[in-house]
Amino acid sequence: MSRIVVGPFNRVEGDLEVSLDLEAGRIQSAQVNSPLFRGFEQIMVGRAPLDALAIVPRICGICSVAQSAAAASALAGAMGVVPTVNGKISRNLICATENLADHLTHFYLFFMPDFARPAYADRRWYPAVAQRFTAVKGDAAAEVLPARAGFLRMMGFLAGRWPHTLAIQPGGSTRAITAGERIRLLALLREFRGFVEKRLFGDSLAAVAQLASKDQLLAWADGRAGDFPAFLNAATDLGLDKLGRAYDAFLSYGAYGLFPAGTWQAGQAAAFDPVAIDEDTTSAWLAAGQPRHPAQGETIVDANKPDAYTWCKAPRYAGQPFEVGALARQVIAGHPLALDLIQRDGASVMARVVARLLELALVLPAMEGWVNALQPGEPFCAHGDMPEDASGTGLVEAARGSLGHWLSIRRGRIERYQIIAPTTWNFSPRDASNRPGPLEQALVGMPAGEGAPPTVQHVVRSFDPCMVCTVH
Amino acid sequence: MKVLWLQSGGCGGCTQSMLCSEPRSLFDELRDAGIEFLWHPALSVDSGEEALTILEDCAEGRLAFDALCIEGAMLRGPNGTGKFHLMAGSGRPLTEWVARLARHAKWVFAIGSCTAYGGFSANTPGNPLEACGLQFDEQTPGGLLGAGFQSSAGLPVINIAGCPTHPGWVVDTLEKAVLEGLTVADLDEYGRPLLYAGELVHHGCARNEFYEFKASAMKQSDLGCLMENLGCKGTQAHADCNLRPWNGSGSCLRGGFACIACTEPGFESPGHAFQETPKLAGIPIGLPTDMPKAWFVALAALSKSATPKRVRNNAVEDHPVVMPAVRKKGGGK
Ligand code: SF4
Ligand code: SF4
Repeated sequence: MSRIVVGPFNRVEGDLEVSLDLEAGRIQSAQVNSPLFRGFEQIMVGRAPLDALAIVPRICGICSVAQSAAAASALAGAMGVVPTVNGKISRNLICATENLADHLTHFYLFFMPDFARPAYADRRWYPAVAQRFTAVKGDAAAEVLPARAGFLRMMGFLAGRWPHTLAIQPGGSTRAITAGERIRLLALLREFRGFVEKRLFGDSLAAVAQLASKDQLLAWADGRAGDFPAFLNAATDLGLDKLGRAYDAFLSYGAYGLFPAGTWQAGQAAAFDPVAIDEDTTSAWLAAGQPRHPAQGETIVDANKPDAYTWCKAPRYAGQPFEVGALARQVIAGHPLALDLIQRDGASVMARVVARLLELALVLPAMEGWVNALQPGEPFCAHGDMPEDASGTGLVEAARGSLGHWLSIRRGRIERYQIIAPTTWNFSPRDASNRPGPLEQALVGMPAGEGAPPTVQHVVRSFDPCMVCTVH
Repeated sequence: MKVLWLQSGGCGGCTQSMLCSEPRSLFDELRDAGIEFLWHPALSVDSGEEALTILEDCAEGRLAFDALCIEGAMLRGPNGTGKFHLMAGSGRPLTEWVARLARHAKWVFAIGSCTAYGGFSANTPGNPLEACGLQFDEQTPGGLLGAGFQSSAGLPVINIAGCPTHPGWVVDTLEKAVLEGLTVADLDEYGRPLLYAGELVHHGCARNEFYEFKASAMKQSDLGCLMENLGCKGTQAHADCNLRPWNGSGSCLRGGFACIACTEPGFESPGHAFQETPKLAGIPIGLPTDMPKAWFVALAALSKSATPKRVRNNAVEDHPVVMPAVRKKGGGK
């Protein structure tokens, strides 16, 4: 048995190192390490409750709005405030803009460049893919950045700026959209739809949204021009539809009122119960103890703890590791394509990418509907008072999965603040019963080391990790 | 200009923000100015060994590069070990990498307020992370590289502060350096490029008319000036946010929320709740820095008494309820 360490693992958000134990060129076991600690949960303690709105976006520059939304709903719960109709729509639009931009960034800038690696030079699809997706220099990079920046102009209107807006408030949004601006938002959505349909899909959003099985998907992609078909072509050739399976246990808090909350395990869908979550610190450089529900959670550094290997805690649901993200959302929402993919092959690199791009096809039309439903002139923000003692929970879906904030307020100050980020679920280390986290599990059995193809890279990136969130 | 970019105790938001650069694609814009990334953790293809080889060669002076861009605070803890951030795959503290690399850089750029002054990481009570900026510890010169540090171009660290930075601040500063060079005269006393820190956020704010009449917002989402009640620091924050839009058309103030002065050292701990204005005897403390307080109070009283109804009423609504009057031609009255 030999051990190799892979890192720095770039084109993910933040710092990642993966240790692999190899036997005859195959991975026997993997340990995932987040080698950075920031400790935002401590920064919050003692602050005025609403300060959380300014602090939590700074946890993450890639899903800063999701952090804001989680804090705003936790605070809304503490205050007993219900957002106005416009406020809710605005929040959905702001979160969806970030999530979709994130799916796009991940696909074009983080995920696809691996297919341009010299290791694949002899594949028939290689010349075209290398021309289009080589990091920084490929044609796609130059095209996708203006499309992304144009789409994020939605944030200029809805949120003032991105990242790190303060527009999302417990009662809605500080930014009331005017009748004229509503027209502009629709124009921006049309522009983005144009890019997605022309370059990414090579077909209409509706056609992609209706694909209902793996066979239909592959038949649809066959011979079609477009970046998604190009991915499917290469992924099938490399067997990425059968690679990177973890536990096939999925969790979602539900998003936009469009995709429901729930779990899915052993082929069974079930309701989500927020009480069943806890966090285990066995393998983290954090003080050990019984796993705790995040409402009672603690984050106390123990930098020299023996046998610990990461700064990431191990969140568990009913004691089990769960996978979160677009695939989890779509499986739980019962999308036939997502279900067919996991029922045939289990969660895979391909299924995770497909689910993310499927969300572009499903959510963009919904956004157009939301903009139409805005009522200029009606209030965008409800108001309320902050009690001296209260608690609240904010559960949202960031692009890469379920994000939870748990806070309590005492004597008008934040007493406790705990966060579980999506990548904390997916990249969690071993727990007290020595059960690996989803990525650690997904890597087992794969070829790695000298001369191995870059499949480890594909599996890791299929989860779209965000390490700054993980270790907040 | 060959750029080596590293990230430490930050959120990655400055890179994400930079990718929003407009109107041209960031990569085309930089390429045409002769700027290329030797390595960037979020954008380059080299990972693992290949990436570490590039860094090691640069740190040893074997591989030439021009600009070192660092994003995120320097984490020196626990107990000076730097273990809060070891560079993945190398087992060595990122602070050590930065110190070694800075010796070979023509220019060192701190990208964002975390890197410049320490950021939120330095604001945990007691600073257990031992976080600091590259050349500042909040307002105090020092930081990781020390107050006396000069890059080989003879400059201190250039602090492109902001949380996150505006893409234009980064792109314009890099292009200025490569096309015309930078001198100490191009920077203010906190090391920020004057090309954006020579303005105040207040300049060009769409709420200036409300400010003139002290017609103030009372609650979040109101249209009025945010200085009197909702914590706006636009009159003191050095940045051109209201002259150079964010994401096409936005700014914090246009988004309806207060400027929290994210380009200023120490903005993370203002000593009051972010979205509230601390007051003494009903008068906001922290008034515009260039204005004597007595004048401000006198002018405010005068302008409040002269506030047009339109401005007064619109200030406390989230959309205009009184439209600007239309003067009829002819008729004469
Ligand atoms: S809101 Fe702030 S920046 Fe705008 S006018 Fe008022 S004080 Fe100036
Ligand atoms: S308006 Fe103020 S808080 Fe907002 S980005 Fe500019 S300097 Fe930072």
